[in-house]
Amino acid sequence: MSINQNANTSALPNFRNLGILLRILVVVNAMGIAVAAIKSDTPAAAWQELLVVSAIIQPPLLLALLTLVAVHPALTELPYWLSSLAVLAIALAAALVANLAGFDLFGAPRGGLLRQFGFTIAVTAVLLGYFNLRGRALSPALTEARLQALQARIRPHFLFNSINAVLSLIRQDPKRAEMALEDMADLFRVLMADNRQLAPIGREVALCRQYLGIEQLRLGERLVVEWHVDAMPPDALIPPLLLQPLLENAVYHGVEPRTEPGTVAINIFLSRNQVVIVLRNPFQDGGSHHTGNRMAVANIRERLALHYDAEATLTTGVRDGTYEVRIVMPYIRG
Amino acid sequence: MANEHPPLRVLIVDDEAPARSRLRDLLTDLAAEIPLEIAGEAGNGREAIDFLSVHPVDVVLLDIRMPEIDGIEVAQHLQKLGHPPAVIFATAYDVYAVQAFDLHAVDYLLKPIRSSRLREAFARARELKAPRMEVLQELRQEARTHLSINERGRVHLVPVGEIIYLKAELKYVTARTAEREYLLEESLTRLEQEFADRFVRVHRNCLVARAAIRGFERVAEPGGEGHWEVVLAGLEERLPVSRRQQHVVREIGKS
Repeated sequence: MSINQNANTSALPNFRNLGILLRILVVVNAMGIAVAAIKSDTPAAAWQELLVVSAIIQPPLLLALLTLVAVHPALTELPYWLSSLAVLAIALAAALVANLAGFDLFGAPRGGLLRQFGFTIAVTAVLLGYFNLRGRALSPALTEARLQALQARIRPHFLFNSINAVLSLIRQDPKRAEMALEDMADLFRVLMADNRQLAPIGREVALCRQYLGIEQLRLGERLVVEWHVDAMPPDALIPPLLLQPLLENAVYHGVEPRTEPGTVAINIFLSRNQVVIVLRNPFQDGGSHHTGNRMAVANIRERLALHYDAEATLTTGVRDGTYEVRIVMPYIRG
Repeated sequence: MANEHPPLRVLIVDDEAPARSRLRDLLTDLAAEIPLEIAGEAGNGREAIDFLSVHPVDVVLLDIRMPEIDGIEVAQHLQKLGHPPAVIFATAYDVYAVQAFDLHAVDYLLKPIRSSRLREAFARARELKAPRMEVLQELRQEARTHLSINERGRVHLVPVGEIIYLKAELKYVTARTAEREYLLEESLTRLEQEFADRFVRVHRNCLVARAAIRGFERVAEPGGEGHWEVVLAGLEERLPVSRRQQHVVREIGKS
């Protein structure tokens, strides 16, 4: 399920993925613009030409895409060469239907059907070639290698500080020291495990609670944690270690630089069939550690892109002295 | 041998309570071999400076990464004390700091601290002197977050963000906040370099916080062409802009 559109090296793209549809729209329209530019001498003429070209290419394009979205499951059953031919047939049929409908409904000029077929074949071939190459570039082996490289790494600062905290507990509170070591063991077990497959969100939340427990040991009342997970879909699958590095950032950049207590708030809920995660922590101005935060955020953004392409987003922002990270991703049931 | 010296007085400074408690345990163990006593503990830089203003100690165990004022800046402010204590820094993980410490022969401990390493540091502590100001400035090249002033033996910290202007007068520099004035023993040129992005020079003897500039006003002079004055946020007082610095009016007036 995780890296769905690239199960085999030669395969059709997932026409139900927003990012794929967007790419098709961009490529076809870019070719339309190129045609208009070649046919005209002045920018004004090019603009007129573009309107004409658009009127010809948009209807069959949209028709073909809607059809592809509808028949996508059937297409995936076919071998690659056959499904490619099917895509071409759908595109040509869409061109024909649009041409006939344009003539019947609006009395549009009929001519140029052959030229339209030519253009359709060229565009479809280019797109299929592009997606085939992209599929190979993002082949499971390569994607997995990249995911492996992007796996969250523990900050050495955290490792040494928490060992220090446990050492301090051993004499005064051996029970708590034991518990803290158990939490650390769990945390490191997950950190060192293979984290390329999606995992239940509940497991991630449990891990984060253990992580924050260790931080609480060090920081005491300086760290206030608020969980809002009543509306969390417990069966949702998410990339593992998505939340923990962001919480580590929140503690490192938002709480540790303060003398007063700082609140880290975690909000997870379901909205219009999407899982939304919102993290908030106090924003500390003028710190010298912000590059570290940007790297962690960029890393998670890339992992989201590898798992969901354009269907997941990660945004960050500062509002009223609060730093906020918001992740929206498709709701995939486990 | 041990009776020749009075016990070393030690202050523990760390923002994390467990880290302080571990150091206390280790020092208590060590006290059996090397005469020392724990004079106190501080949870941040400001507490440390306040404590040391009243209770002089021989050695400060100083954590580096602390909120607001970091350990190296604390050591810089401690120079204002009559008898600055020797400093042993502690850090959890900081490759650059460790390289710099080695380079300047500043004593440091890596957390988690081993008791044998702590013993070594304290065995040398009698010869240890307060780190030199130049070395501390090397170690920490960012601008300070506070200025420190010695008033009647106590070290006062003034947050740089609260200073409206700095004015050179004879031997001293006056730092003006909304509440009061402080006398600094530092040169205006050095302050200008250190806080270049915060203060702007409006006169040969005056730096003004950019954030405190509300505007400029032209003051006519009888028979002359007049001069500009800075209108300040939070203070009635006006500051004259010298002819040489008039370009400041244009640059800041625009933005």
